[in-house]
Amino acid sequence: MRDPREETIPNANGSGFNRRDFLRGSGAAVAVTALATSDQGATAQDAKKANVASAKAQDVTLNVNGKEHKLSLEPRVTLLDTLRDDLNLTGCKDVCDTTNCGACTVLIDGKPTYACSRLAHECVGKKVTTIESLAANDPVVAGFVKHDAQQCGFCTPGFVMATKAFCDKNPGATLAQVRAGLGGNICRCGTYVGITACAMELVTKKGGK
Amino acid sequence: MATELKVAWGPRKDNVYLGKEITRLDGVEKASGAAKYAADANPKGCLYAKVLSFKGGAGKVKSLNLDDALKVPGVKAVHAFVKEGDELQWDGALVAAVAAERQEQAEDGVRAIKFTFDTMEHFVDEDDLKGAEAAKRTKDLGNNTKGDVEAALKSAAVVHKGQYGIATISHMCLETHGSCTRWEEGKLIVNHSTQNVSGTPANFVSELQKQHNISVDAADVTVLCQFVGGGFGSKFAADDWGVAAAKMSKETGRPVRLMLDRATELKIAGTRPSGFAEVTIAADKDGKIVAWDSHHWGTNGGMKGGTINLAQFPYVFDFDNRNRKATGLVTNAGPDRAWRAPPHPQLCALTDTAIDDIAAKLGKSAVDVFLANIDKTPEKLQATYVAEIKRAAELIGWSKKWHPHGKGGDGDVKRGLGMAIHTWGGRAHAGTCTVRINPDGSVESLSGTQDIGTGTRTAIAMVLAETFGITLDAVKVRYGSSVYPRSGPSGGSTTIGGVTGPNRRAAIAALGKLFDVVAEKHKVDGNNLTTKGGKIWNGDKEVCTWKAACGLLGMMGIETTGEGPKDDGLTSEQVGGVQMADVSVDTKTGIVRINQFVAVQDCGLIVDLLTAKSQVYGGLIMGIAYSLTEEQILDNKTGRYINADLENYKLPRIGDIGELIVEMYQPDSEYERGVIGLGEPPVIACGAAISNAVANATGVRVPTIPLTPKRVLDALKAAKA
Ligand code: FES
Ligand code: FES
Repeated sequence: MRDPREETIPNANGSGFNRRDFLRGSGAAVAVTALATSDQGATAQDAKKANVASAKAQDVTLNVNGKEHKLSLEPRVTLLDTLRDDLNLTGCKDVCDTTNCGACTVLIDGKPTYACSRLAHECVGKKVTTIESLAANDPVVAGFVKHDAQQCGFCTPGFVMATKAFCDKNPGATLAQVRAGLGGNICRCGTYVGITACAMELVTKKGGK
Repeated sequence: MATELKVAWGPRKDNVYLGKEITRLDGVEKASGAAKYAADANPKGCLYAKVLSFKGGAGKVKSLNLDDALKVPGVKAVHAFVKEGDELQWDGALVAAVAAERQEQAEDGVRAIKFTFDTMEHFVDEDDLKGAEAAKRTKDLGNNTKGDVEAALKSAAVVHKGQYGIATISHMCLETHGSCTRWEEGKLIVNHSTQNVSGTPANFVSELQKQHNISVDAADVTVLCQFVGGGFGSKFAADDWGVAAAKMSKETGRPVRLMLDRATELKIAGTRPSGFAEVTIAADKDGKIVAWDSHHWGTNGGMKGGTINLAQFPYVFDFDNRNRKATGLVTNAGPDRAWRAPPHPQLCALTDTAIDDIAAKLGKSAVDVFLANIDKTPEKLQATYVAEIKRAAELIGWSKKWHPHGKGGDGDVKRGLGMAIHTWGGRAHAGTCTVRINPDGSVESLSGTQDIGTGTRTAIAMVLAETFGITLDAVKVRYGSSVYPRSGPSGGSTTIGGVTGPNRRAAIAALGKLFDVVAEKHKVDGNNLTTKGGKIWNGDKEVCTWKAACGLLGMMGIETTGEGPKDDGLTSEQVGGVQMADVSVDTKTGIVRINQFVAVQDCGLIVDLLTAKSQVYGGLIMGIAYSLTEEQILDNKTGRYINADLENYKLPRIGDIGELIVEMYQPDSEYERGVIGLGEPPVIACGAAISNAVANATGVRVPTIPLTPKRVLDALKAAKA
């Protein structure tokens, strides 16, 4: 319910590996242990650090916002760090780095995905779309402004991408569906009322056309 | 004769912008991802830094060797926060930092650090007063008495003894604390994630000197912050990690970006202190509270042994007879920092819950008992409280929905209502600004303030557009740089008054000068001139356009400065506020859901109604978070913060908040009060209102907030036994 995005959930015909599975497999187990017995006090974050191996940088070509970028990256580098540090596309934010908050949401082949859940090398041959590609008059951006669906704004680009993907795919969605469909993102400032109003307006418009 | 314009807000009915719903000016920038935060700073040649933080309850550094870290490919600088023999007093305490060409290389560097420590004893159990006493971890923080509590208790109609509590939470700024530092020709430039642009340069100067013997003049330090990804009271300083970044920058001649990782952020970059209390409260048969006796304890972490201020107990109400006593617990937890409305949410959660319980004992509705005691609240707020309670009750349908405690239905899911009230100062902070009228008719405001998401930039533009009678897009607001005129830190709801006062004053002064020029040119009396709709008017006769008037100014235009706060009525202080919650409690699972949550809030003259409401919505949502799910969990055995991540530190998502109903209380009498801050108040009463609603639904008080399923089930079980 919380994470309706198929792309971030392991699927049978995929590669069988993504960073999210990896974190789930190791990190979550450790986190459970920590909460249950607290013997080592290890947290999911510690586990992540301990388990990621380094390797030599390799050439990779990424298609981001319709442009090909040639980069040299170690296999362990996430799509999120690549977008932010190498391509300076900083609209996607690094908030949790553990696939919980949605601040890093981008589209991969049109599907909303946590960029922190992907390695850059996994994205070869795919089309990555970031918030920077949205037109200046994008209706989702305009809707966020109109409904004041933002305060500090740090979660906002991720929410805009999630909202865009949800509303494009679900014209005519109900309030309950909007609430479930946007449940993969977190805002600390508390802008959910504006976001809900914005999404409802968008799905109603689309549903009615 | 020079024009003399009165410094005041104009008549409410004439306002074009003030009090209207105006979308924030930086909305597109933020929503389109163009807004650059400190975390996004990525200057050419930037190094990325990561920290090694302590993992344990308490320890003494046995050895720390950074040599191997320096050998890691890509690593360019290392920094030790501690040395052999130093004590690390809480989980997450900083040990060292590594700066490298890439983030993953910095992480490699951190892993290569050789660090050993001897374990020391720790104590982290924040609600265990007896345990703390046994471990000699308490501080007596005094007690005092007013009236005669003993006698009042004896003559009271009802007496209730209750236990209440509210756990420690972290700030959880989505942009972690940190900065990107660089030196250019001996000058330090910092992109800093801060609520305190004007005040931080001096802090960098003194800490660089003290910690690293690096000398730099405050005049050569520039702090920049256009956007900050949440602060909530925790981002006022340069901070040790910012200073370490500046030092590593200096050593390498490269920019260094050091943002704390999420876990370290939660552990050391600020918490809101806990509070627990044993309260005896007594009332007469009409619900008038005649006695209050409380002993509260809690911790503010950081081995400080502080707790919630004794003098503020009980909250809002000043009862005739009361005893109060406070004990601080000395815990090995990260130190507190101001958390939105310190420490009012805790005070309210420990006071309004007890008031609700005495109402229940009398079989009375909480609304009636709060109203019966309004004469014990600050005099100037009493009428506001009465009006707001009545309005909130209407909005939530109190009289229709209310039932006595424990009569929340026959099924497993029980429904109930709760309320609480709060207050906050919100006085304008000290600040200055420069206002310019340019010969082309454009207008600028310059000040070293910041927009922490409250809409400061928009509010400044609205004030200037209103004062000059021009459109918003003719106003350029420059802020977020310490080179601009100094403005106070954005904390305690002080910013809105702190920027609108000086800008209005400077703008009125500038307008007077402009009218002088227009009066001379058009042979009219400047004192009769007004401006509206982009034109200058003499009574109802148009004199010239705004642009034409500015064209008379010559190349220098007009520049004025404004200061604040002043006693001219532009700003004032102290608001009330009432919240009411309607909740459902599943007695089988312990899950609490919000059905409706109503806030009625005053804040004097409202500048931007849209962003004002957003503040209140945001307050309610943060309130739901700390009332139901969010808390710092420290493990007694290891002393570690075991949920320092966004998976296990539970925040509500978009579907978890129910229906929120916000109404700004804004009769003309509020407008006349001038501008008062709004950021803090709406987050205060949430805990008590929700806890009271759960008690009303189930007939059982769940003592400690957040009301997690486990706490709810435990309380229900205990009540049965
Ligand atoms: S940063 Fe990717 S989900 Fe939080
Ligand atoms: S607007 Fe600040 S975290 Fe969402």
